[in-house]
Amino acid sequence: MSATTEHIHIDPTEKRWMIASVILLLIFFAAVTVAGFMLGIQVPTRERRVDPNTVAEQPPWSEPGVREIVPGEEYEVYVLAHRFSFTPNEIEVPVGAKVTFYVTSTDVQHGFKLQDTNINFMAIPGQVSKLSTTFDEPGVYPYVCTEYCGLGHAVMAGAVTVTEAP
Amino acid sequence: MAETTTKTPVYALTREERRFVGLHLVFAFAALTIGSLFGPLQALEHAGLDLYPTLEKFGIQSYYQGLTLHGVLNALVWTTFFITGFLTVAIIRGFQRRLAYPGLNQFGFWTMVVGLLMAAVPLLLNKATVLFTFYPPMQASTWFYLGLTLVVVGSWIEGWGFYATYWQWRKDNPKTRTPFIAFASLITMVMWQIATLGVAAEILGLLLPWSMGLTDGIDPQLSRTFFWFTGHPLVYFWLLPAYVSWYGMLPKQVDGKLFSDSLARLAFWLFLLLSVPLGFHHQFVDPGVPAGWKYVHAILTFSVFFPSLLTFFTVIASLEYGARQRGGKGRFGWIRALPWSNPSVTAQLLAGILFVFGGIGGLANAAYNVNLVLHNTAWVPGHFHLTVASAVTLSFIGISFWLVPHLTHKPLWQPKVALAGVWTYFVGMLIFSNAMHTVGLLGAPRRTTLGLAPYVPAEWSGYLWRVGFGGSLMWIGIMATIVVVAVTAFRKKELPEGEFVDVPVAESIEDPQRTPVWLDSWKPWLVGTAVLVLLAYGPQLIDQIFGMSATSPRIAP
Repeated sequence: MSATTEHIHIDPTEKRWMIASVILLLIFFAAVTVAGFMLGIQVPTRERRVDPNTVAEQPPWSEPGVREIVPGEEYEVYVLAHRFSFTPNEIEVPVGAKVTFYVTSTDVQHGFKLQDTNINFMAIPGQVSKLSTTFDEPGVYPYVCTEYCGLGHAVMAGAVTVTEAP
Repeated sequence: MAETTTKTPVYALTREERRFVGLHLVFAFAALTIGSLFGPLQALEHAGLDLYPTLEKFGIQSYYQGLTLHGVLNALVWTTFFITGFLTVAIIRGFQRRLAYPGLNQFGFWTMVVGLLMAAVPLLLNKATVLFTFYPPMQASTWFYLGLTLVVVGSWIEGWGFYATYWQWRKDNPKTRTPFIAFASLITMVMWQIATLGVAAEILGLLLPWSMGLTDGIDPQLSRTFFWFTGHPLVYFWLLPAYVSWYGMLPKQVDGKLFSDSLARLAFWLFLLLSVPLGFHHQFVDPGVPAGWKYVHAILTFSVFFPSLLTFFTVIASLEYGARQRGGKGRFGWIRALPWSNPSVTAQLLAGILFVFGGIGGLANAAYNVNLVLHNTAWVPGHFHLTVASAVTLSFIGISFWLVPHLTHKPLWQPKVALAGVWTYFVGMLIFSNAMHTVGLLGAPRRTTLGLAPYVPAEWSGYLWRVGFGGSLMWIGIMATIVVVAVTAFRKKELPEGEFVDVPVAESIEDPQRTPVWLDSWKPWLVGTAVLVLLAYGPQLIDQIFGMSATSPRIAP
């Protein structure tokens, strides 16, 4: 072999490392996929658009709050985010029910993170964020604004009270 | 020992070139000095000690104004000015020739300076307190958007000067493999110019006309999509210059060689190919992006970990090769044989160690539904302080420890202080970032004056105290290194007559001429990048642009 023959020299250890790297990434990715598509732990998807200037005057956000769909089993919660509070800032649902949150903003970008659950999304003016959860334990679950929205950002919070089944 | 000197530099920069690069560093370090000032103030606020009220007499009106200055000056200005200066050295030394059009590069640089000053005024006047992501409809002064645009355009122009230099060199050397450090610098710049098309579209197409009152409304979701087209590759724009050093220079500083020229080039091509088409992984929890596209970008984000893992191997193998040349023995014992007394080396080794944790945390961020647990929590700044504030900043500091003596012909002032500074910063970062990650997992939001928040439970307080302590240590450490760099630059004492600090350029173990020509050809990789970006972004960009509803009015911060 002359000195100018083109070739890629790959050290055997490096080759093993590369193979291990690919396998590792595939395993991680499989775990994410199983969690997302078989266990149903999903990120928000496109829901619907609204006009941030008028959304607070039209149903369903003209009356934000809890809707009982199937008593004890299924609830919907409509939340408006605006500087520097959520409406409503107190929510009550029973333990074990499926609760779906619909959140939008009337002014700047906000975040909505419901502590100790998988509900965590942006609240963007013009867009509706939607995710569902089931509370397995009674208790108080705070929800907080997670995106800087102005000087009062830190006080923007509310709480879900999960009550014992009736 | 600080830096090795030589009587016969391989290729010396001219006085004008050294002055030109030095000017980049003056602006870079000025930004880092001012930007870092706010770091401990944020960290201490979390620990319960809010010092911001005392800053009001200096015109700093809120925590968030400080946070905006911290982010813009450290993450955008320090990085961009250092990178353009450092890559200028890598291009000149790599090709061993003068810049093709020095005037073009100077024009690019002064464009950046004008942009910086333009953005600095509203920042300091509290007219642009929108943080470094400047999400609309929170509106900043028009001058802020214009200034940022000029900084980016200036960096493009400096890049064009690099390309022209490459074409001249290529004409004279049609068969030679591009010298590695120049090759890697060119890829960094090309990636940057593709990546910044997103933020260019956002600012020129949406933010500027809207902030000037030419349009009444803006679509915040579309704006985010444009922003994050640039936002993630921005991280690689910071990181790749550190890789230029880790692959192409650091091995020389430890008496080693680049372990694999071919695989180093392959890693850089993969970074060009994969850095851009994955921005939706910053938008996993955005309501206006379909989940299917988020999943596609999650796959692509995982794939960009491959060149990172390749880098991990090659860099460590190169270091080990050097350490064994220096007499290092044993499976791990060789680590002790590395020149830890050289602050330039130590800074970069510590940067690499912190980056291992940064990379692992990054996998969690990128992991689609796992992101639900940590999105916009303190975990995220905990993570990126391990990347941009560790892997990148600590490497740039380490590079400065030879670059400033190289540019000024002055010996490094107090290498022991330099060493103490980087170790202090390292320890501070371990404490700070560990606490930030943990309290983030417990639910603490980022970008929040937690001292005022009504929902902070008692179990966070221990972590928040550690955030304050670690952040303060980091500030002490970084200030020590800045003082070393500044005194070195402006001291009187010069290197002995006829001695120089050379740019450390590592040879590779294999002859680069044997590296296959497809690893030194732009066309296939550029075409591949364009195709991948169009596939990953095209459908959503068309959908979001044509479905735009510009309903959000201008709202003051």
